[in-house]
Amino acid sequence: MNYSSYIALIPLLPLAGFVLLGLFGRKYLKTSSGIIGTGLLLVSTALSLYTAYKYFFVDGKVGDTYQTITAIKYTWLSFSDNISIDMGIILDPISVMMLVVVTFVSLMVHIFSLGYMKGEERFATYYAFLGLFTFSMLGLVISSNLFQIYIFWELVGVSSYLLIGYYYDKPSAVAASKKAFVVTRFADLGFLIGILILAFYGETLDFNTLIQRLTDQQSPQFLAITTASFVGVSALTWGLTLIFVGGAGKSAMFPLHIWLPDAMEGPTPVSALIHAATMVVAGVYLVARLFPLFSITVVALEIVTAVGIVSAFLAAIIACTQTDIKRVLAYSTMSQIGYMMFALGVSSYGGENGLGYTASMFHLFTHAFFKSLLFLGAGVVIHFIHSNEIKDMGGLRKYLPITNISFLVACFAIAGIPPFAGFFSKEEILLAASHSNKIVFWIALITSGLTAFYMFRLYFSIFWNKQTDVQHHHGEGPVSMKLPLIILTLCSIFAGLIPFGEYVSSDGKTLESHFDLMFSILPVIIGVLGILLATWMYRKESNKPAQISNSLGGLYKAAYRKFYIDEIYLFITKKIIFNLIGRPAAWIDRNIVDGLMNGIANTTAAASGWIKGIQSGKVQSYAIYFFGGIVALAIVFLYLWK
Amino acid sequence: MAEIPLSHILFVSTALFFIGMYGLFTRRNMITMLMSVELILNSVNINFVVFNKYLYPDKLDGVFFTIFIITIAAAEAAVAIAIIINLYRSHRSIDVETAEEMKW
Repeated sequence: MNYSSYIALIPLLPLAGFVLLGLFGRKYLKTSSGIIGTGLLLVSTALSLYTAYKYFFVDGKVGDTYQTITAIKYTWLSFSDNISIDMGIILDPISVMMLVVVTFVSLMVHIFSLGYMKGEERFATYYAFLGLFTFSMLGLVISSNLFQIYIFWELVGVSSYLLIGYYYDKPSAVAASKKAFVVTRFADLGFLIGILILAFYGETLDFNTLIQRLTDQQSPQFLAITTASFVGVSALTWGLTLIFVGGAGKSAMFPLHIWLPDAMEGPTPVSALIHAATMVVAGVYLVARLFPLFSITVVALEIVTAVGIVSAFLAAIIACTQTDIKRVLAYSTMSQIGYMMFALGVSSYGGENGLGYTASMFHLFTHAFFKSLLFLGAGVVIHFIHSNEIKDMGGLRKYLPITNISFLVACFAIAGIPPFAGFFSKEEILLAASHSNKIVFWIALITSGLTAFYMFRLYFSIFWNKQTDVQHHHGEGPVSMKLPLIILTLCSIFAGLIPFGEYVSSDGKTLESHFDLMFSILPVIIGVLGILLATWMYRKESNKPAQISNSLGGLYKAAYRKFYIDEIYLFITKKIIFNLIGRPAAWIDRNIVDGLMNGIANTTAAASGWIKGIQSGKVQSYAIYFFGGIVALAIVFLYLWK
Repeated sequence: MAEIPLSHILFVSTALFFIGMYGLFTRRNMITMLMSVELILNSVNINFVVFNKYLYPDKLDGVFFTIFIITIAAAEAAVAIAIIINLYRSHRSIDVETAEEMKW
C-alpha cells in the first residue's frame, strides 16, 4: 500500500490557485484567472479520481474489508506524550468518495463560472475564493484527527462567508454573510467543546485511536468517559451531542438552519458548490466519520434522527410556499440533508443494520450531482431573466432547451422516480427507516411526496405556465455554461446505478443491497402523486394555487413566513439577550472599564497641565530657575546645614 | 593716600554681578544677554584679583585664574555668536522669545 505524497497535492493545488490569484490576480491575471483556477482544479480532480480508482479497485481492500489508511501523518504541535496535534491524511471509503464529489462538483462550478461570472469586476478574486473553499473542503474530508477537521471546518466557514458576501456593495448580501458566519460560529462552539470532551477522556485527537479506545468496552478511556456524567448524562453522550450541534449548524439543520436561505445572496454557482453539494453536507460527513461512536450512544443517535426528520419535513413544507427559486432550492437542500441525517440516525454499526449509513452516504453522493445541477440550471435561468422571483418566469422551455431537459432530469432525480439517481438512494434511506422506526418512515414518506410536489411546482413555474416576453434574447450562454449542465445531467441519470453498498458501508465490508420491488411501489406512487398535483396546479396559468393557498389560510401564511423561526431568533437576541446581557455588559464596559482608563488618562493629563508650564521653552526662565536653585542651595549649605 | 578697603571693591564686583544678572533675565536680545554674561564673568575676575592682592600678596594664583577666565570667555563668546548667527538664520531674529519651540 503505497500512497505517496501526491494525495497532498489534491488540496494543495487549489490552495496554490488561491495564493496565486489572490496575490496577483487583480493586477496581472485579470482575464486568465478563470482558466488558471479551473486548470489547477482539473489536475486535482484527475488525481482524486486516480486515488479513488486505486483505493476502491486496487489496494484499498484487504480480505473483504476496506481498510482505513493513514497516507500522511506528521506531528505539528506536541503538548504531552498523549496529546499532540497532527496533520495527516486519512483514506477510507467515505473520505475517498468525498474527494471525488468535492473536486468533481467544484470543477463543474469552476467551468460554469467561466461563463456565468464573465465580466465581473472581481473575477480573479472570485476564483481565488473558490480555490480557498475547495482547498478547505478537501482538507476537511481527508482530516485524520478532530483538531485538523476543526481547523478546516472554520476555513470552510470563512470561505463561505467571503463568497456569500461576494457582492459586498449589496446590504442584503453583507447581512446574509454575517448571519451565516455568526450562526455557524455559534454552532461551532458546541463542536469545540465536544472535541475537548472527547479528547480529554479519549486522551487522543486521532480518529482511529479515538474510535478504537472508546468502542472497546474494557479500555480505561471507555470506562472514564461513560462513568463521568453531567446532569445525569454521560460524558460520551454530551461530547457527541455537542459535536453534532456543530455539524447541525454547518448542515443547516433545524433550528440552526436560518442562515442557509439567506446565504443564497451569493453568486448562484457558489450556492451550487457550497450551499448545496459540499459544505452543507460537512455535518453529515462529521457524524459519519464518528459513526462508530454515535452507534454506541443511543441518545445521541436519537437526537440525530429527530433533528434530521424535523428538518426534512419542515423544510419541505416551507419550500412549497417560497417564491424565490433559489430559496426553494435552499429549503430543498435542507430537507435532503435532513434525509441524510436521519438515515444515519436510524442506522447501526456493521452488517445488515448498517444500511442507513450506506444509504446516507449514497444520498449524499447522488444529491451532490442533482442538487448542483438544479442550482446551475437556476443560475442559467437567473442569468437569462435577471430575476430570482417565480412570478417573472414562465414558458422558458423554448428559450432554454438544454436547461429545460437537465432541470427536468434533476427534478425526477430528487423526486425519486426510477431510474434516476435519487430514486436508488432515497429508496435505501426509506428502507432503512422502515426497518427501525415506523414514525420516521411515514414522515419521510410524506416528505418525499412534498419534495416531488415543490420541485415540479418550481419546474412548471419556470418552464411552462404563463408566457414571458423576452426582449433581449441572448440564449443559454456560452459552452462553458452548457457543458457542466450536460455532464451533471448524465451523472444524475447514471450515478444511482453504482453498486454503492459494495464500496461504502459502516464497517468497510460489502453490504448486499436488497432491492425490494414491492417496497419501492409506495414511495414511487407518492412521488408520482406529488408530480401530478404540481402538474395540475402549475402547468397552465390558473388561479388554482391562489385558491388553495387561501383555503389553507393560516397554515400557508406560517409556512410562507418560514414558521416565524427568524422572528423567534430575532426576539430572543434583540429582546432577551441584548437587554439582559448585552446592555448591562455594555454599561459596565462603557462606564467602569472605560471609566477607569479614562480616569487615569484624565488625571495624568490634568497633572501634566499643571506642571508643563515650567517647560516654557524660554531660555531666560530656565536661567531664573537655575539661579534660584543656586541661591536655595547656597542658603541651605551656608545657614541651614549646620 | 589711604588704601581702598576690600569691602569697597567687593561692593563694586557684587554690583557688577547683579547688573549682569538683571540684564540676563530681562533683555530679549541675545547679543545683550551675551554682554550681560561677560559682565558676570568680569565681576568674578575682579573678585579673584582683589582677594589675591589683599589676602595673599606674595602669590599670583588668583591673577592666573583671571587670565584663564578671560581666555575661556573669548572662546565662549565665539561659540555664543555662532549660535546667535544660526538662530538668526533659522528664525530671522535674535529675540530669544521667538525661539521657544522646545516647550513641553
